[in-house]
Amino acid sequence: MTSKKIGDVILDVKNISLRFGGVKALTDISFDVREHEIRSIIGPNGAGKSSMLNCINGVYTPQEGSITFRGKTFSHMNSRQVAEMGVARTFQNLALFKGMSVIDNIMTGRNLKIKSNLLMQALRIGPAEREEIRHREFVEHIIDFLEIQAWRKTPVGQLPYGLQKRVDLGRALAMEPQVLLLDEPMAGMNVEEKQDMCRFILDVNDEFGTTIVLIEHDMGVVMDISDRVVVLDYGKKIGDGAPDEVRDNEDVIRAYLGTAH
Amino acid sequence: MTTTFPQLLLQHAAQRPDAPALREKEYGIWQTWSWKAAAAEVRLMACGLLSLGFAKGQNLALISDNRPHVYMGFIAVQSIGGVPIPLYQDAVASEMRFVMEDAEIHFAFAENQEQVDKLLEVRESVSGITHIIYDDPRGLRNYDQPGLISTADLMARGSEWDRAHPGVWESMVGQISPQDVSVILYTSGTTGKPKGVCQTHASFIGAASGAAEVDRLGPQDSIISYLPPAWVGDHLFSLAQWLVAGYTINCPESAGTVSIDMREIGPTYYFAPPRVFEGMLTSISIRMEDAAPFKRRMYEKAMELARRVGSDILDGKPVGALDRLKYRLADFAVYGPLRNVMGLSRIRVAYTAGAAIGPELFRFFRSIGINLKQFYGQTETCAYVCLQRDGQVDLNSVGQAAPGIELKLADNGEVLVKGVAVLKEYYKRPDATAEVIDASGYFHTGDAGVIDANGQLRIIDRAKDVGKMKSGAMFAPNYIENKLKFFSHIKEAVCFGHDRDQVCAFINIDFEAVGNWAERQNLPYAGYVDLASKAKVLELVADCVAQVNADLARESGMADTQVARFLVLHKELDPDDDELTRTRKVRRNFIAEKYGVLIDALYAGKGEQFIETQVKFEDGRTGTVSATLKIIDAKTYPASAAA
Repeated sequence: MTSKKIGDVILDVKNISLRFGGVKALTDISFDVREHEIRSIIGPNGAGKSSMLNCINGVYTPQEGSITFRGKTFSHMNSRQVAEMGVARTFQNLALFKGMSVIDNIMTGRNLKIKSNLLMQALRIGPAEREEIRHREFVEHIIDFLEIQAWRKTPVGQLPYGLQKRVDLGRALAMEPQVLLLDEPMAGMNVEEKQDMCRFILDVNDEFGTTIVLIEHDMGVVMDISDRVVVLDYGKKIGDGAPDEVRDNEDVIRAYLGTAH
Repeated sequence: MTTTFPQLLLQHAAQRPDAPALREKEYGIWQTWSWKAAAAEVRLMACGLLSLGFAKGQNLALISDNRPHVYMGFIAVQSIGGVPIPLYQDAVASEMRFVMEDAEIHFAFAENQEQVDKLLEVRESVSGITHIIYDDPRGLRNYDQPGLISTADLMARGSEWDRAHPGVWESMVGQISPQDVSVILYTSGTTGKPKGVCQTHASFIGAASGAAEVDRLGPQDSIISYLPPAWVGDHLFSLAQWLVAGYTINCPESAGTVSIDMREIGPTYYFAPPRVFEGMLTSISIRMEDAAPFKRRMYEKAMELARRVGSDILDGKPVGALDRLKYRLADFAVYGPLRNVMGLSRIRVAYTAGAAIGPELFRFFRSIGINLKQFYGQTETCAYVCLQRDGQVDLNSVGQAAPGIELKLADNGEVLVKGVAVLKEYYKRPDATAEVIDASGYFHTGDAGVIDANGQLRIIDRAKDVGKMKSGAMFAPNYIENKLKFFSHIKEAVCFGHDRDQVCAFINIDFEAVGNWAERQNLPYAGYVDLASKAKVLELVADCVAQVNADLARESGMADTQVARFLVLHKELDPDDDELTRTRKVRRNFIAEKYGVLIDALYAGKGEQFIETQVKFEDGRTGTVSATLKIIDAKTYPASAAA
C-alpha cells in the first residue's frame, strides 16, 4: 500500500563507545539512518538502547566515535544544538510539565521557533501576539492530528498515562523535527493504546516524512512498523537489517531467549 | 407543501446570505459557513457528482459523524434528483454490505480513513461501489484504489463542470418535486433485515414546519448536532428543521468533546435521548458526592426546593411569594451554575424521546428550569406523531397529536397514525409497506398505547412484546425493564415471562456508576466481569429489584409480573454482538436464543450457571468471555393495593 521513498543517509553513527567509569555502556557501535525510514533500536534490558539515544541527542558525550548529521560530523554536541538541527525526542519516563495544560505543554515545543523576547510577550506587543497566534495554530494542528481535542485545557498530570505519552509526542512534533527519537513510546500501555500509538507513529512518518528512530521492547510492534532494526546486547551491536533478517539472526535469538535451541 | 430542501437552502441564501448556517469546531476555533457559503458548496458538490456521472434517481450512501459536509451532501444529492442514504458510522462492514446491495449503491461519501477502509472491504464483495468521496484526507495519501476522491477535489471538479454547463444545476433543482423521495433511512430492525424507509421532501418539511410552529423555532435558535446522522431524529432536527426554521447547526469537534462544545455554543433548542440526560445527571451526582460538605448541603437543600416548586414555576402555576424568592436565590446559587456546567444555560426548549424517561430524571431537569418535553414518533413518521405542548407536560404521556397528524387506536390498543409525516413506502418492499399501511391510509406503529381525556397519548409497550403469563396476567416486559433501568446502577435489563409462571430477568450493571459506588465502598475489582460478580454488587442490584417489585405490587394487574429471579450478566449487551440495535434497543428474541442456557437455569431453579460468550471487538476481531453467574431469588411482595 505504501509507496514511501527512503532517501539518503541522514544520520550516520560511527564507532561510538561510551563508558561511565569502568562500565562500558556502548562499545564500538556503528549504524546509519536513512531519510524517511523508521529505524528501531532493540535489545534486552541494559543493552544500551537509551544510552545510544542519549548520545545522538547530545545528552551524553561518547568517549570515542562520531555522529554525522546531514553531512556534518560532530564528536560532541549539546542538546540545544541538536534540537536546533531538527532532532526532537520523547522520553521513556515522561518529562512533561504536570501542572500545565496540554496546549501549554505542546507550546513549549515551539520554544526554539519563537523569536520575540520575554518583554514583548509579557506586554503582548504587536508582533509577539501575531507570532503566538501563528504558533498556536500549528499546535492546534498537532492536537487535531493526535486526536486530543477533548483534553486541550486539561492539566497533563490528570491525564491517563497513554494520553500523556501522546502529549509528549505532540511536544516533540511541535519542533517540526526532521528526525524524531522515540524512547519506548509504548512502554506500559495496553493493547489498544499501543495500536493507537503505532498508528500515530506511522502517520507522522507518512504525512510529515519525518525520519523516526525508535527504541522499543515490544518485538511485535517493532517488527510490524520498522523499515530496519539494530539489535544491541551488552553495549554491542549484534544485528542490523530488515525485520525479517534480524528475526532469523542466531545471535539475536540467543540474546532474547538465553540459549540457542 | 410546495417546496423542497434544495429550494429552502437557496431561499435562505438569497434572503439572508451572511447569517450563519453551520458551524464546526476545528483547530480549536468555531468555523462558520454562512447560508451563501453553504449554498455555494452544495452547488459545487452537486456539480462534482454530476461530473463523475451520478445520474438522477441513483442513491448515495453517507457514512460519517456530524460534519458540515454531510449535511451539505444530503442537499447536494437531493438537488440533482438523487436520494441520500445515511448509514450509522459505527456499523461494521458486514452490516453495511446489506444496505449497499439493497440500495444498489454506486456512490458513497465517507468521513475519513476508517470509513473508507470499511467501504473498500465491502467493495470486495459488492461490486457496485464505483466512487468513494472522502472528507478527511488524513492517512489516505497512499491509497491508489480506483474511484477515491476527496471532497475538495470533488468541489474543484464541480466548479469546472459548472462553468462548462451553465444553468444546468439550477434547472435540475427546479425539477425536483416535493413528492420526490428526499431520503431513505434504514431502520435498525429489532427483528429481521433492515428496511429502507422512503420519506419525501413534503413529509419531512411538513413534520419540521409543525414542530417549528409549536415551539416557535426561528433563525435566532441554535442547536448542536451530535447524534448519528443516520437516525431519524438527527435528520429531523439537523436537516429538516434547520432548513425550515433557518437556525444554526453546530457540529462538535469530535465525539469526545460534545459536552465542552455544548458549553461554548449554549444551544437554545436541544434534543437528547434519555440516556444522555441520564449521563448528565449521573456525572453531576457523582461530582456532588465528592464535593465539600457545605456545597453538598447547599445542593441538597436547593434540590429539595426545586422538587417542590420547580416544575410549577416552569409551568406558570401559582406558587407562594416566599417560595418564589427562595427559588430565585437558589437559581442564582445552584440551578444557574448547574445549567451552565451542562451547557444548558440558554435552553428554551429541550426534547427527549426514543425510550422511556425516568420520573426522577425528568423531574430533575424540569425542576431546575429546563423546559424538557417529550415527543413520540418513529422513522416511518419522521419522528413526528405527538408533541408535548408548553404548560401541558405530563411525565407519563408523550403529548397530543402534532399539527397535521391524525391519531387513533386499533382494537388491540395499537397506535395508528395518518397524516403529513407518514412514510411513502419501504424501499423495494411493497409487501412490507402493505403490512403497515392499511386501506384507509393509517400507519400501524406497532406500539400499544392509551389516549386519555385530554387527547394525550400514553405508550405502554411494543404491541408484539406484550405477552401473557400462564396465570393470564398481562406481561409488558418493557414496562418492567424501564422501571429497573431508572436505577442509575442498572444500565440494561431484559425480562422474560411470556407463557411462563414467573418473571425472570437479565441485568446489566452500569459500569461507571457501580464502579464509582464500589470505590466508595472500598471494594476492589479487576474489571467488568469481576465487578458484575461481586456479592455486594449483587446485593445492590437485588435491592433495586425489590423496590421495583414493591412498586409493581401496588399497581393493579401488575403484581403477578414481579421479578422472581434474576442474574447479572458478565458482559455488557452490545450492538457489535447484535444484542442491541444501533439505537440501543434490546433484541429480545436474539438474546433469548443466545443465552438460552441462562434462561433454562433461571427457570430450573439452579443457583448458578457457567457461560461462555463470544464477543466482537471494535476492530472486527472476536474473543470469548466466560463466567459462572449466580442466580438470585428476588424479594417479592403480595399484591397490596388492588384499589
